[in-house]
Amino acid sequence: MFKKKECVAMLLAGGQGSRLYALTQNVAKPAVPFGGKYRIIDFPLSNCTNSGIDTVGVLTQYQPLVLNDYIGNGLPWDLDRTFGGVKILPPYQGKDSADWYKGTANAIYQNMKFIEQYDADYVLILSGDHIYKMDYAKMLKFHKKNNADCTIAVIDVPIEEASRFGIMSVNEDDSIFKFSEKPKNPDSTLASMGIYIFNKQKLFDYLTEDAKDPGSANDFGKNIIPNMLNAKERMFAYRFEGYWKDVGTLSSLWEANMDLLGEKPTFSLDDEKWRMFTRHGARSPQFIGEGAVIKNSIVSEGCKIYGRVENSVLFGNVTVMPGAVVRDSVVLNHCRIGAGANVNYAILDTGVSVGAGVTLGGDKAASPDVTVIGAETVIADGEKIEAGRMIPDVR
Amino acid sequence: MKAAGLILSNIHDNNIPEMTARRTMASLPFGGRYRLIDFPLSNMVNSGITKVGIVTHDNYRSLIDHIGTGKDWDLARRNGGIILLPPFITAFDGPRANKLYTTRLEALMGVMDFINHCSEDVIVLSDSDVVCNMDLRDVINQHAATGADVTVVVREKTVTESDRRATNSIVVSDENGTVNKFVESTAAISGKCDVSMNILVITRTFLVSLLNNSIAHGLKGFYSQALPFHFGKAVYKVYRYDGYCAEIGDLSRYFSANMQLLNEGIRDELFANKERPVLTKVRNTPPTQYGENAKVSNSLIADGCVIDGTVENCILFRGVHIKKGAVVRNSILLQDTWAGENVGLNCVISDKKVFIRDGVTLCGHETMPFYIAKGKMI
Repeated sequence: MFKKKECVAMLLAGGQGSRLYALTQNVAKPAVPFGGKYRIIDFPLSNCTNSGIDTVGVLTQYQPLVLNDYIGNGLPWDLDRTFGGVKILPPYQGKDSADWYKGTANAIYQNMKFIEQYDADYVLILSGDHIYKMDYAKMLKFHKKNNADCTIAVIDVPIEEASRFGIMSVNEDDSIFKFSEKPKNPDSTLASMGIYIFNKQKLFDYLTEDAKDPGSANDFGKNIIPNMLNAKERMFAYRFEGYWKDVGTLSSLWEANMDLLGEKPTFSLDDEKWRMFTRHGARSPQFIGEGAVIKNSIVSEGCKIYGRVENSVLFGNVTVMPGAVVRDSVVLNHCRIGAGANVNYAILDTGVSVGAGVTLGGDKAASPDVTVIGAETVIADGEKIEAGRMIPDVR
Repeated sequence: MKAAGLILSNIHDNNIPEMTARRTMASLPFGGRYRLIDFPLSNMVNSGITKVGIVTHDNYRSLIDHIGTGKDWDLARRNGGIILLPPFITAFDGPRANKLYTTRLEALMGVMDFINHCSEDVIVLSDSDVVCNMDLRDVINQHAATGADVTVVVREKTVTESDRRATNSIVVSDENGTVNKFVESTAAISGKCDVSMNILVITRTFLVSLLNNSIAHGLKGFYSQALPFHFGKAVYKVYRYDGYCAEIGDLSRYFSANMQLLNEGIRDELFANKERPVLTKVRNTPPTQYGENAKVSNSLIADGCVIDGTVENCILFRGVHIKKGAVVRNSILLQDTWAGENVGLNCVISDKKVFIRDGVTLCGHETMPFYIAKGKMI
């Protein structure tokens, strides 16, 4: 059943996230766990709910099993709606052709009918790569106020990092006159956050044009945005201030997890005004045994802690045996750290079993990179895993 | 044999009047994140029961809030699922009497419609004062195998004079497990007894005739009148349960049953069974945050807490704050309790949203825990 929706969100969740290596061998990047009980996709989905956007298409392609199961009917985000709600949009076989999503723009192009069902005026394009809290309703208001064709959310980044991003050059009224993808010599510090609002008809026109061009990469950043700029459409930069973190690499994922720690964390999940929703079951509360020491850490349901945990993020059902030490680490669901083991500056994926007396990783200050252990890996008693090593998922 | 469930939510409210002033026994918080009804409800769901009626009496707002659509127990169903059964004010003594039911038997009479409309072979009756993780299929199978009309789940207990008041009915049976007497626990009985866990499997058609007969004869008591009425004709059997079970008979037993969860064996028996998880309402609380000054040992802690003080032998519910310098021992702090800086607590039960100001010291005893009512500031 369909009712008119002013704005429909389209969440690009098909990316592999190849720079997360071991963590994305069996799951798409948006399904990568984060912050003790969340997954990356919880952030854009919760932002939608909190912004009053109740119709979200999730475009999947790479390893969708976990993601499909996780999103389900959308109940945890209040997106199990009779009118609207969250819908999974996988690639499909059409009347004339069957295609994988060839690029971000092509993915939306193939699902224009979905947007049409809701007779939307505006389309919000999101990705599942970032940790942030953002009120999209404010951005939409900005878009309408400027009578824009396209609004791109931007964040001010340090000039030395600007060449990693798509950079916007803007006029005084924040209208965009130049866009450069990863420029060597950036002339602005306003980086695209990969969040766009388009007027629906304008978007459809450009997507249809783009689809006819065999040489196009069918990508928003490479094709659609430059084409619109060249045609002098009304394009504006919406300045976002606040925490925004790309978690596309292992080190940035680790850092973002660490940003949750501390008395006044850089990024707080405990925010009554902007709650983060997540799908999780009814695990028993965590048990902290005698002799356990926990400092500056976050720990989730179902954990059993008998050892020492410092500056770490522990997901659900993690067991830390007596004498074990976990420091500066991110430990995903169902991991088990054996007695006397020492885990230092590491990311352990789901279900890793670290044997007794194992030394894993090294002191953060002295280590080149974070040590990463793939899902379900079993590390035998007494083994030594040197700092910076990556053991992929063996399944 | 197909079964439907029926849970009595209010029938033991008088066990803990302190905590049930504005809630039912069924919605009494327990074990860090649960409410008592989660145990009978999960037992039913985990035993394949997909239709459960919940009989209420009064003060059931928190119960409705907890149950919601029943989704968290996989009971938001088009066919069956959770059915809340609030009482009819006109059910007893005519339309103007304004009386609610006073006994278990009357409660069942009040839900005759539900029982009549069920198509299941048996009704599993359960109260909300017992914490256990039980496979009810075993009871139902025994019920079918013995051809019983009623099967009463009992456990062996040494009853002493001091805990008579807090003990359920005593069931006397022969060596074949056939019941020949029900005795109120207030009677002068001591020593080893089979005590009813108030979990019964009843053949539905027998229950209908039992209730009709009780109405015809004006009976009031279930164990004392209705069941004994059919001795000799109907077959009553006991099912002996020897797993972990806590009867929440009064405040000190509520306290000790919570504290028993710090025992690993008990905790695992209740919560570690993968096939029979204890299900409860799922909320969106972030993980628990431990600060630089946190010192926690032997405690069961829910999500959403922020801990920067000392916690020993405690049960902390969701969203409890323990500030720097606070020392909390042997206590149960319900949802959103705030223990300020340098607070000292020992053997305290704080209800939801209690605020304890900086520097306050409160002390109870394990047989007489110090109870702080919901929302109080101290």
